[in-house]
Amino acid sequence: MKRRDFFIKSVGAGLAAGAAFSMGGYNKLWGAHAPAAAYDMVAVLGGEPDAMFDKGISALGGITNFVKKGQTVVIKPNIGWDRAPEMAANTNPLLIKRIVEHCVKAGANKVYVFDHTCHNWVKSYKNSGIEKAAKDAGAKIVPADTENYYHEVTIPGASVLKTTKVHELILESDVFINVPVLKHHSSTKMTATMKNLMGNVWDRGFWHSNNLHQCIADYATFEKKPTLNIIDCYRVMMRNGPQGVSVSDSANMKAQIISTDMLAADTAAASMMKMSPEQIDYIPLASKKGIGRMDIENLNIHKITM
Amino acid sequence: MNSSALRKVRIVLAVVVFIIITLSFIDFRQLIPDKWFNIILFLQFVPSLLDFINLPVLVSTGFIFVLGLTLITGRSYCSVLCPLGIYQDIMSRVGGRFRKKFRRYRYGKPYTVLRHIILAITLIVMLIGSVFFISLLDPYSIFGRSATYLLQPVVIFINNLIAAILALFDNYTIFKVDYIKIPFVVFIIPVLLLGLVSYLSFTRGRLYCNTVCPLGTFLGLISRISVLRIRIDSNNCTHCGLCAVQCKASCIDFKNEHVDLSRCVTCFNCLTACRDNAISYGPGKIISQKADAGPDQDKRGFIAGILAVLALIPRMLRAQDAPVPTKESTVPEKRTSPVCPPGGVSIEHFTKFCTACSLCVSACPNNVIIPSIKEYGIAGIMQPRMDYHKGFCNYECTRCIEVCPSGALLPLALEAKKLTQIGKVNFIKENCIVETEKTDCGACSEHCPTKAVQMVPYEGNLVIPEINNEICVGCGACEYACPTVPYKAIFVDGNPVHQDAKKPEEEELQVQELEEFPF
Repeated sequence: MKRRDFFIKSVGAGLAAGAAFSMGGYNKLWGAHAPAAAYDMVAVLGGEPDAMFDKGISALGGITNFVKKGQTVVIKPNIGWDRAPEMAANTNPLLIKRIVEHCVKAGANKVYVFDHTCHNWVKSYKNSGIEKAAKDAGAKIVPADTENYYHEVTIPGASVLKTTKVHELILESDVFINVPVLKHHSSTKMTATMKNLMGNVWDRGFWHSNNLHQCIADYATFEKKPTLNIIDCYRVMMRNGPQGVSVSDSANMKAQIISTDMLAADTAAASMMKMSPEQIDYIPLASKKGIGRMDIENLNIHKITM
Repeated sequence: MNSSALRKVRIVLAVVVFIIITLSFIDFRQLIPDKWFNIILFLQFVPSLLDFINLPVLVSTGFIFVLGLTLITGRSYCSVLCPLGIYQDIMSRVGGRFRKKFRRYRYGKPYTVLRHIILAITLIVMLIGSVFFISLLDPYSIFGRSATYLLQPVVIFINNLIAAILALFDNYTIFKVDYIKIPFVVFIIPVLLLGLVSYLSFTRGRLYCNTVCPLGTFLGLISRISVLRIRIDSNNCTHCGLCAVQCKASCIDFKNEHVDLSRCVTCFNCLTACRDNAISYGPGKIISQKADAGPDQDKRGFIAGILAVLALIPRMLRAQDAPVPTKESTVPEKRTSPVCPPGGVSIEHFTKFCTACSLCVSACPNNVIIPSIKEYGIAGIMQPRMDYHKGFCNYECTRCIEVCPSGALLPLALEAKKLTQIGKVNFIKENCIVETEKTDCGACSEHCPTKAVQMVPYEGNLVIPEINNEICVGCGACEYACPTVPYKAIFVDGNPVHQDAKKPEEEELQVQELEEFPF
């Protein structure tokens, strides 16, 4: 508890960077930089969500490359909507289950799962199937619907979103695994890796009214970045996103993209949606901020077909 | 059954009913299944009667049972089924602690004219087609409003306190929940009415039930001729007056050995009070009987504290996160009609049958239903309406419809509810972020469950909302999500008569499978 209190206070005061520097032992809280992996990106095609993750993560040297024994892990799926799994409005529960299992097996001290939902969180957690899947695999489901879970942080590299309130689990956990579902999105045209991080913060209204695309790119510069990004492309909502109107809005793509580079992952995802990355304003904006690579043709991508 | 057993049974039943109904109104986590409410509230007279007028089906025949019960047993309804009656018994019990016992009550003359005038006015107003009086005075609805607006916040406060403590230990089984955000003016009515009822019961027992309550007066007309009744046996009676002292209905005139059956709520306190075996409960004529006077079981104070602090707790509001766009919106929304909850059929139907018991308000998982002030006209005060500043109607939810006991919200299956248009979306382009800031927003379209709000190409790479009222259901998600202040760029105007929404069109997707990665 002491650590948590100390941490919250230091973040609240905007002293986090300095504190982490002076208190060497706390460096790992911020660290979370992914170790050098064999590939920049792994793309798996043709399997079930859990089996594809098994293949994909082993190509990256296994989850132990990212999750060490005794660490706390936070998994952030998209659980935004009170929609059934077949609607593909939320991340596939089977995939979440398998990721949790890998983390538990790797010796993670605790595995948390949360999302700041758009619909009623109790219903969304339940009806997405994620609550049960995550709990069955040994994760702890945490609510994110009240402001007291969020703590103000400063984002030095931001153009617009200079401060925002971030969920404490993101701030406190050693490892942050971002597990978006690829979808059409009415306002940003596509949602995947970077857009999913909107569920980490409290006040999304600010983003919407203050240049949404810039805010998405700004938040991607926040120092607590995902250790790993796994885009669920098993069923992909091709229109009427982000919540979908009927099951006919989604296609069975049976794919998965895993990368430590958020921008590269989103650039690849855009092509899956038959869009050029430039059409999605936040992708070039994030590129300007130096978040990652947009030139995925030059990256070492390992493709697996099952 | 001996006399003290009758009283015990009455108390046990009353406590059970009271706890179940109270829980129904404070069930902020929706733990009670939707279907149970039909059973729990089956015997509540006024909602059941209104429901029956509306839709004469088996589930709405509870009031007939109550009529039968009254004809046979007298006003037992008031003692074991009416939540407000039971609440008053609890308050009387508390009041008794502060007064000398032997002077607790005494016979009082009935306010016959007054109570019949109130009943007559209520009935006349009802016949004209307004439930204003009945919703104001119906004991079930008074209790419901009190529980929803006064007790539920206290329970949520305690819940949130526990949640905050548990969260420190990384336990989230109990979690923080939002309060219902009700206008202060509306808050005053339950405070005043409950205050009045509490005061009267604290000092004068069942005075409210026997003077003001139109249902009490109505059932009193029937209980006059009830089969089973309280009787005084002149052979045994010593005119000691103990029964009258214990009679919270003040209906025993012991000097004349007369019991006013129209006011007797068959609480059986007099049976246990009588030491001479002179009072009994049974069919019409008196039969002398010899039975031991039961021991005075008078220590049930543990229930008393439950609601004592009710009226003292102020409403607590949670600070809301206010999105701050750089420019303020300029065009006010033009609203022509309030939005009543789905199943309401029309404003006319809804306001005609709703007794403002507020069960839907407390049951709504999204806190979108709040009591109105004068949106339905002043006679409709407290009747619930949808407020899309506080929340929006969950597309996949029919809980308000399921819980409504009075038929103000008529049954709608989920699939039918999804095609019921309770209001229409309106777009004010001049207020929209996309227009004023020239940046993308689209929060409205994201939240729209039917895509009645679509984003279409605008200037450059921008997209702007376009509305289609054919498929709009009026759920208000767009309005809730819209970040502009002080006026929304998109809002739902109520349909005075609910309409059918078209089903959103479904087309086959062109892309169905992925052969290989496009990168």
